Amino acid sequence: MGNFFVVLKRELASYFATPLAYVFIVMFLMLTGVFTFFIGGFFENGQADLWAFFNFHPWLYLFLVPALSMRLWSEERKSGTIELLMTLPISLGDMVVGKFLAAWLFTGIALALTFPLWITVNYLGDPDNGAILAGYLGSWMMSGGFLAIGSCISAATKNQVIAFILTAVVCFLFVMSGFDLVLEWFTGWAVDWVVDAVAALSFLTHFNAIAKGVLDLRDVLYFMVIIIGWLLATAIVLDMKKAD
Amino acid sequence: MIAIENLTKRFGQFTAVDDLSFTVKSGEVVGFLGPNGAGKSTTMKMITGFLAPTSGHISVFGYNPQTHSLKAKTLMGYLPEGAPCYGDMTPIKFLRFIGEVRGFRGAELTQRVRAVVMSLQLGSVLNQPIETLSKGFKRRVGLAQAIIHDPQVLVLDEPTDGLDPNQKHEVRRLIRNLSKDKIVIVSTHILEEVTAVCTRAMIIADGKLLVDETPAELEARSRYHGAIRLELSHANHALEQLKKLEDVASVTQSSDGGMLTVFPKDGASLFLPINALLQKNNWEVHEFHVEKGRLDEVFRTITKGVKAQGVKVNG
Repeated sequence: MGNFFVVLKRELASYFATPLAYVFIVMFLMLTGVFTFFIGGFFENGQADLWAFFNFHPWLYLFLVPALSMRLWSEERKSGTIELLMTLPISLGDMVVGKFLAAWLFTGIALALTFPLWITVNYLGDPDNGAILAGYLGSWMMSGGFLAIGSCISAATKNQVIAFILTAVVCFLFVMSGFDLVLEWFTGWAVDWVVDAVAALSFLTHFNAIAKGVLDLRDVLYFMVIIIGWLLATAIVLDMKKAD
Repeated sequence: MIAIENLTKRFGQFTAVDDLSFTVKSGEVVGFLGPNGAGKSTTMKMITGFLAPTSGHISVFGYNPQTHSLKAKTLMGYLPEGAPCYGDMTPIKFLRFIGEVRGFRGAELTQRVRAVVMSLQLGSVLNQPIETLSKGFKRRVGLAQAIIHDPQVLVLDEPTDGLDPNQKHEVRRLIRNLSKDKIVIVSTHILEEVTAVCTRAMIIADGKLLVDETPAELEARSRYHGAIRLELSHANHALEQLKKLEDVASVTQSSDGGMLTVFPKDGASLFLPINALLQKNNWEVHEFHVEKGRLDEVFRTITKGVKAQGVKVNG
C-alpha cells in the first residue's frame, strides 16, 4: 500500500514542477469568478448562498478537467515511461489509484482556493454554511467523476489532444443526459425506465441536489460508483494496451 | 536462475519471438546480439513482465513475471530501450522516487541514492531537469535507477547506446564489477561489448535463438580465428614460402602488396612455424599480429545466412 502513496506524491509534485498547475489554478479561479459574478448574477440574486458559484461547475469542469486528466497516462505512453513504471514493483491498482488521487487532490486544492467567495457571502449575509460545505463536497465528487472518465480515456491513447477531446465529449454526454432536451428525445419512443436510467446517469441530476445543500447518500454513492467503475476500466485498458 | 521455455510472442500475424528456450544461472553475463527487430527487446520485455508471452513459460528465481509480478519485479532492475525517464524531474528526485518504490526510506534511501550517483558520476547534474540533460547523462540516470536496489537480475536494453567511448568504458566496468552472483542480461549492437563484458553470447534473429556460446567460441567461428597478419618488406617472396607451410590453408595479399594474411587449417596454430620461418630467412617484419576472429563477420554470416536460406544454424 506504501507504493500508492509514493506514486501519488511523485504525481502531485510533477504538477507543480511545470507551470501547468499554476495556469490551471489561475484559469479555474478566474473562470469561477466570471461565472459567479457576471453570468450567475451573484449580487443580483440578493441571496446569501453560493448557488451562482456551484451552478456553473459542471460546465467549467467540462473543459478544465480533461486538460488535467489528458496527461495522466497518455504522457507515460508517449515518453515510454510506462515501461519503466510497469516494471517497478508497484501493483496496477496502486498506480491507477495513486495517479487518480493526485489529480483529484489537485482539483481539491483549486477548489479550496475559492475560499474568498465563502468569506464574501459570510461577510455579506448569513448563509447556511452546511449547505455550502455540501456544495463544495458535491463539486469535488463531481470533479472526481470527470477525472476518472479522463483517466480511462487517457490510458487508451498516446495522444493528449485526442484524450482531451474524447474526455470532453464523454463528460458532455454524462452532463447532458439530465437535460430535458435530451430526455424529451428519449420519451418519444423509449419506455419509462430507460428515460429514468438516462436521467439517473447524469452528473447534473446528482450534482444539483448536492449543490442545493441536500447531501443525499445516494448522490454521493453515485459519484463513488462512477469513480470506481471508470478506474477499474482504466486498469483493464492499461493491462490490455500497455505495450501498443 | 532464469528459466525460459518455449517462449513465443506474436503481434497479430507477426512473430517477434519464436519458441525461445534457455536458462541463465547466477554469475552469468549474457549478451543478446541480433539485428534490429530480431526480438531482443521483446524478450527482455517479457522477462521483466511488461509484456505477456503469447505462449511459453518464464521463471525468474521461481516467480512467473505475470502471475507473481511484484515478487519477480522486486528481484529485477531494468533499463528499457531508450532509457525513458520522467523528463520534468531532476535526477535526484527521480532516483529518490525509484528508491522509495523499491522500499527504501530515510537514511538508507539517501545512502542508496548517493551510492548510484557516485558510481555513475551524476553529481554535476543532480538538480537539472532530466529532459535538459545530454543523451549520455540520460542513459546513466536510467542505469542508476536500474541498479539502485542492487538487484539479483539486471536487464539492460542497449545500455551503452549514445555514450561516448569513455562513458562506454565506464558502463562496461560497472557491469563487470557487479557482484559475481548476479544475473545480467544485456542487449547490444556493439559486438566488441560482448567480448568486453559477457560470459555468454546469444545471437537472436527473426525471434529465434541461433547461437548460444561463449564470446571466445563465437570468435573461433570466424575464418580469421588464428590467422596471422604480417607486414614485411619481402612480401612477394615470403608469400611463396608461407604457402608451402604444412598447416597453412591459404594466404591472401593486400592490394598494395605489403600485407599478408595467413589462414590456418582447422584448429592449427601458425604462430610457431611462421615465427621460425621469419627467423630462418631473416626477413624484415614491420607487423606481426595473431587475429582472434572477427565478430562482425561471424555475426553477418550467422544472421544473413538465416535470412537467405531460412536454415537454422545450430551452435
